[in-house]
Amino acid sequence: MVKKTADLEYGSSRVNQSLSPEQKIGLLRDMIRIRRFEERSLKAYSRGNIAGFLHLYNGQEAVAIGAISVCGENDHLITAYRDHGHALGVGMSMNECMAELYGKATGCSKGKGGSMHFFAPDKNYWGGHGIVGGQTPLGAGIAFGLKYRGITGSCLCFLGDGAVNQGAFHESLNLASLWDLPVIYVIENNGYSMGTSQSRSSRYTECLAKRAEGYDMAWDQCFGHDIYEVRDHIQKAIDRAHGESRPTLIEIDTYRYEGHSVADANKKIYRAPEEIEAYKKTKDPINVFYSKLIEEEIINEKQFKEISQSASEEANKAAEFAERSPYPEPSSILEDVYWETDNPEQRSSKGRIFFNDEF
Amino acid sequence: MRSLEYRDALREGLSQEIERDENVVIIGEEVAQYNGAYKVTKGMWEKYGDKRLMDAPISEAGFIGMGIGASMMGVRPVMELMFYSFAYVAWDQLINNAATVRYMSGGKINCPIVVRGPANGGTGVGATHSHTPENAIANMPGTKVVCPATAYDAKGLIKASIRDNDPVYFMENTMLYGETWEVPEDDYVVPIGVADVKREGSDISIITHGRCVVMALKAAEVLEAEHDVSAEVIDLRSIRPLDEETIIESVMKTNRALLVEENRPFCGVDAQISHLIQEKAFDYLDAPVKRLSAIDAPAIYSPPLEKYQIPNVDRIIKAALTIG
Repeated sequence: MVKKTADLEYGSSRVNQSLSPEQKIGLLRDMIRIRRFEERSLKAYSRGNIAGFLHLYNGQEAVAIGAISVCGENDHLITAYRDHGHALGVGMSMNECMAELYGKATGCSKGKGGSMHFFAPDKNYWGGHGIVGGQTPLGAGIAFGLKYRGITGSCLCFLGDGAVNQGAFHESLNLASLWDLPVIYVIENNGYSMGTSQSRSSRYTECLAKRAEGYDMAWDQCFGHDIYEVRDHIQKAIDRAHGESRPTLIEIDTYRYEGHSVADANKKIYRAPEEIEAYKKTKDPINVFYSKLIEEEIINEKQFKEISQSASEEANKAAEFAERSPYPEPSSILEDVYWETDNPEQRSSKGRIFFNDEF
Repeated sequence: MRSLEYRDALREGLSQEIERDENVVIIGEEVAQYNGAYKVTKGMWEKYGDKRLMDAPISEAGFIGMGIGASMMGVRPVMELMFYSFAYVAWDQLINNAATVRYMSGGKINCPIVVRGPANGGTGVGATHSHTPENAIANMPGTKVVCPATAYDAKGLIKASIRDNDPVYFMENTMLYGETWEVPEDDYVVPIGVADVKREGSDISIITHGRCVVMALKAAEVLEAEHDVSAEVIDLRSIRPLDEETIIESVMKTNRALLVEENRPFCGVDAQISHLIQEKAFDYLDAPVKRLSAIDAPAIYSPPLEKYQIPNVDRIIKAALTIG
């Protein structure tokens, strides 16, 4: 663990020094909003309102919010299936996200994507991808698109520690370095690929990010419970992407409180409850940052409670919105399949495109 | 009119689109400095430079996925698969990403990407290099699948495909690359989803696509000359979308249908066509619809048997003559 420098005072680093008190409180609020959203969605899942998988982000909030908070106008994001935190971080509303979980027509993907597939390209957010590692070539492609079109920007492509052994990821690292793509691969290392610990799934020296050396790519590593630290390290990678059009592989150590997904039957078996409690006590990203802001005399307990309360109310209202929203109409099953069938007046192809005898 | 090889016609179409739209970029293994494994892109790198023609490492999942990401950003990548058999290496990207991202995002994203390359057997390269996955890909909603049989169609359809806002899987044929047809120099487009009556006839409709069209045309000549059978040859040109009207009109006229394809029979493209004919032209049929597909095994290497395994002119003639 050579590169970890947890003792550094990240609060005084350039990227953090420039933050106003209001911006700092904003970062805390953004993390708390994710936490409350996830807690409320877990409740909805338990009540049977949400189908399929629900991969919760609780414990990892400083990674998404820290990274997004240093992004500029032309910095883009793409991630895997644990995508709610990033979605709220880029500015998607709780309503559209919760409604998507409920499978409602008012959801961000009109009820067609579900938990793993949130998208907001208008906010530079490209999803939300269900196949482990499958989004990593897309991240290279988004960076390629920026470079091809002469735009100075970057793509932050998030993946879990379980994705690092996928072939598509290694192919992406090679392409990114070979073609000088401004992509930043962010391994959110929460220690477990589903129920298999990192030591049982990956062979490596020192850390996963060091694998970048094999591709002549810059790499970095930091802790993910301190938002100041995340911001500092991501900013350096963005500077490299903007300034040199070079990729970075950065590994951020973090932790998830829930199972791989809510449907993870063994979540209390493959790791000790003490491990979870220890993280919560000493490294919870919200508490860590709250303590720092107390030290900096930027916030007091009353304000913190207000923010928390307001986030809870917002999440509850989102659940109410989702509950009263309509399900999509059966006719919508055949919408959003092709650009051309969604834009019939501009269709240039002919012929039959859907093939059921009856619908 | 001048004659062009299929590969040259493709190149002309690609070049016209490169010149028309600065967002068009060609990426693939050996497409640039090597001039293309089958010389489809010969001379283009020299003419258009590094930005427009990029040699990719042998890394289909990576570079195809990268192209998909770039297409989401408004670039119009034309990705070459040296063999369409390599699509399986990039299957997750082609199917899970390109074909579904529009749906999963509720219509917020589209992927104007073309993935092109040869999809055929018959060249002595064994089962791993002889796949014809048009049925498998067309099975996935969100995809468009195009299979040009002539140089004229190759040029017109590649241009339509590049201008299309959905992912288009464009399947060529190595055995057609060197064949010549008349091809105009101008900027014409053949719309996707329009079948072509390549030969008019009155006794039987031979409905086919890809190189089997060429064989069906030869078979039709023999059927006319030696058996007094007038065969109409319908070239589907695209599998999805599918021009059902032309198929049904032809069958209603001839009352007999022979479906020919290099696909395997089970769940092949012609299984769908057969269903369509029985559904929409049942009362017009004077005989059951007959199918001639590749013999139902992995592609064999042994050259004489390989020629027998995929449809050929003799087998098309025989099949046509068995229809009562």
